[in-house]
Amino acid sequence: MVSQPRDIVGEYKYGFRDPENYVFKSDKGLTREIVESISRFKNEPEWMREIRLKAFEVFHAKPMPTWGVDLSAIDFQNIHYFVRATDRQGRSWDEVPEEIKRTFDRLGIPEAERKFLAGVSAQYESEVVYHNIRKDLEAQGVLFCDMDTAVREYPDIVKEYFGTVVPMTDNKFAALNTAVWSGGSFIYVPPGVTVEIPLQAYFRINTENMGQFERTLIIVDEGANVHYVEGCTAPIYSTDSLHAAVVEIIVKKGGRCRYTTIQNWSTNVYNLVTKRAVAYDDAVMEWVDGNIGSKVTMKYPAIYLMGPGARGDVISIAVASKGMIQDAGAKIYHFAPDTSSRITSKSISRDSGNTTYRGHILVEPQAERAKVKVECDALIFDDYSESHTIPYMDIKNQNVAIEHEATVSKVSEEQLFYLMSRGLSEEQALTMIVMGFIEPFAKELPMEYAVELNRLIEMEMEGSVG
Amino acid sequence: MTTGAPLVVRNLHVSIDDKEILKGLDLEVKPGEIHAIMGPNGAGKTTLGFALMGHPRYEVTEGTVMLGDQNVLEMEVSDRAKAGLFLAFQYPFEISGVTVANFLRQAVNAVRGEEISVWDFQEMLSEKMKLLEMDESFAGRYLNEGFSGGEKKRNEMLQMALLEPRFAILDETDSGLDIDALKVVAKAVNSLRGPDFGAIVITHYHRILDHIKPDVVHVLMDGRIVKTGGPELALEIEKKGYDWIKAELGIVDEAAEAGVK
Repeated sequence: MVSQPRDIVGEYKYGFRDPENYVFKSDKGLTREIVESISRFKNEPEWMREIRLKAFEVFHAKPMPTWGVDLSAIDFQNIHYFVRATDRQGRSWDEVPEEIKRTFDRLGIPEAERKFLAGVSAQYESEVVYHNIRKDLEAQGVLFCDMDTAVREYPDIVKEYFGTVVPMTDNKFAALNTAVWSGGSFIYVPPGVTVEIPLQAYFRINTENMGQFERTLIIVDEGANVHYVEGCTAPIYSTDSLHAAVVEIIVKKGGRCRYTTIQNWSTNVYNLVTKRAVAYDDAVMEWVDGNIGSKVTMKYPAIYLMGPGARGDVISIAVASKGMIQDAGAKIYHFAPDTSSRITSKSISRDSGNTTYRGHILVEPQAERAKVKVECDALIFDDYSESHTIPYMDIKNQNVAIEHEATVSKVSEEQLFYLMSRGLSEEQALTMIVMGFIEPFAKELPMEYAVELNRLIEMEMEGSVG
Repeated sequence: MTTGAPLVVRNLHVSIDDKEILKGLDLEVKPGEIHAIMGPNGAGKTTLGFALMGHPRYEVTEGTVMLGDQNVLEMEVSDRAKAGLFLAFQYPFEISGVTVANFLRQAVNAVRGEEISVWDFQEMLSEKMKLLEMDESFAGRYLNEGFSGGEKKRNEMLQMALLEPRFAILDETDSGLDIDALKVVAKAVNSLRGPDFGAIVITHYHRILDHIKPDVVHVLMDGRIVKTGGPELALEIEKKGYDWIKAELGIVDEAAEAGVK
């Protein structure tokens, strides 16, 4: 084992330059030493280092998932597991692909924010706004910071909840994340506190947010209420090929949490995310989840309804274009009586894209009077695209109400003709049909996100006309 | 384009799936004129509307359609709308999740080629909705989703009133409507009536022509205009049906076309 930072210089391509201003990138591949050094760089307490090392063992022991999308093309030894934020900053704007720059342009995203999103800059103009928001939050006792800071400043809370919702043994990628995690958000909302504005990852000035293995932990205490918005509809440019995040959420009695995200990763990214929440008595958990980018996404936001009266909602869209596989859905487990769940999934396949809704509803025997509603709708553009629906349901109680609806529709020539006969171009007509289709999702978004999503869909539809 | 240009259809042949429906149709509508086209089922009435608007399944195999000096047949569907053509659909399509107001605003913007302010649009919309005796809540409903037959037709008329076309084709807009709804349709057409507006009213019945006075009445049979006259022709058809025209012209193969609209 290595005990001095100096000793590991040999292990790394760049080593240290300056203790205050290092640029650091681990060699490709994952070793125990790399895991240890990540922990050391972050000045982590011993307990977190031990968690990482244990997870590293689990990662090696766990097989690759044998279901869902074929992931055999992922080469774990050909990935940089830790890139110090300052290195990202050092990356040049010129290296960002033209296609992504153009999208920023047309989304009207300000210069500073573009660089942030592209991972070449950490800064964001809203520094003042951020500070004001933070002051208000602090006055209410709300904790909101990046996960690395939380480990150092709020170790007791992190220790109590970290890995309790998504244990490292959950799956290979959860183990990987636990071993090498970096960045992500930490939120604690004290009992009875309602955070009025959506908390956004942007407001946190932190380069490590852009990490490939971020770890997010949100604790909503009794009767508290928070809406967290992560990421953005703009494409997140990544040179790395694997994004494996873990999000853990605990919503205590009577609390309410909504987590909104729209991922638009560049199309070279495997996006394999484990998101899970537990909701106690009368608590409400809502996942609003958009998947527009990536090469392969496997993501099934989960909610465990632990206490009587708890409610879980998952509303999601997936758009798969050429060369993309969106394997997304939801998992809701009813462990208590009078719990209810609703899943609304909308998927769009075009230009040989492939979408799958994969859902799992479990109702345990004790979950008397549970209510379940699952609705999945697929829209297919052409004969080359695919859409699949795989809704598993394990219902172990007779006294429940289950509804399941699934529809598959194709954009019809007649609809297009009708809209075009009113002056709309074919692209405008397609955009209108798509926006109408995902309207139940779009209306759940904060205003600025809905606007951005709209523009993004417009862009997606461009070039869809042959 | 020159204002006051007529819509001129010459020797139009149209096929669907290689079956010829229109077999040399001639028609000339000048701005300011209302033409009624009547004819039995399967005569090709709906085909005429779809072909003029450019439905991709309706293949024009011969003939010309000119709007002034513009060759309509070479234009994209949306460009035909921008040039001032409008088709009121007999069976309008549903677009889930898109509100009537949102759809109409985008349509108005597209046809005008410039953004109308939200405020101006709202004003224009409520004015037209009032004219057509439509409840304001209508604007917030999803386009044609769950609309009754009458509501769909009213919605078509609302679109026409807002888009102010140069030539409107009403494809059996009157069918299935009660007398009050019929009057509303007539009101929409009559509100646009003037030197810059022409219309082709396709119908089975004389009834609507009591409210929209046509200048010219045509009989469409077996893919051609076989008889043209004044308003009195519509009355005659109402009374006597089409058989006398068939007999007069010696048309016998009509039945073969039945079932094709």
